[in-house]
Amino acid sequence: MLEITLFYIAATIALVATVLAMTRANAIHALIYLIVSLLAVAVIFFLIGAPFAAALEIVIYAGAIMVLFVFVIMMLNLGEEGDARERGLLQPSIWAGPTVLSLLLFAELLYMISTIEGPVSTQAVSAKEVGLALFGPYVLAVEIAAMLLLAGLVGSFHLGRRYLEREE
Amino acid sequence: MEGLNIPLNHILLVSTLLFSIGMLGLMIRRNIIFILMSLEVMLNAAALAFVAAGAHWGQPDGQIIFMLILTVAAAEVAVGLGLVLQVQRRFKTLDMDSANRMRG
Repeated sequence: MLEITLFYIAATIALVATVLAMTRANAIHALIYLIVSLLAVAVIFFLIGAPFAAALEIVIYAGAIMVLFVFVIMMLNLGEEGDARERGLLQPSIWAGPTVLSLLLFAELLYMISTIEGPVSTQAVSAKEVGLALFGPYVLAVEIAAMLLLAGLVGSFHLGRRYLEREE
Repeated sequence: MEGLNIPLNHILLVSTLLFSIGMLGLMIRRNIIFILMSLEVMLNAAALAFVAAGAHWGQPDGQIIFMLILTVAAAEVAVGLGLVLQVQRRFKTLDMDSANRMRG
């Protein structure tokens, strides 16, 4: 019973934090809410028996990727006029249409998942099983992921280098 | 961790809601940094669905797809934030509406 209560608390925190992150005018405030949301999702991962995924969520998502965001926002130094501009863009006339579309998509997905029943497995999937599968049948996917990361590294280096050179 | 009996469709419901919120954010925001954050939320929601499905059948495949999603998210954010710096330098704003025409 306890884990069900914990799951609902974590799910509520994740949803509320995500909504707040999407509606803040200040980018840093939104980022902090997004980190809270990711940590709540990590708690959900832990509760459904994926401790390795929970650790990766905290270390890579809430740690590395969010730090990238923080660095870029600090480099840009947006200031108050950026906040005022964002507030002006958050009027009901702007978000009403997209909200209706999102709710329609949500209703469709809700209809599709409404037929699924049963609890998640009682067995936690350990990191050892994940590692064995990762370097067994999924080794090609690991190689493709490595190539993708290399491409991302080269691309971001190219874009960032030109940014630094022309600044002078 | 004995006796896990969280209903699968509740986890999928949370994942669906997160995805819808992320898509809503993607549509209503014009700031490119918020657009990237919304993409992160959507990828994370998809990853949650994968991990929940993997846990449902007690297989590690869900967590492996989660790791691949993590890789895609990291690469996407690295390139995306590089583009943010370029947009800010060229247009002096992060508003994507100002970047709607191409010039060399």
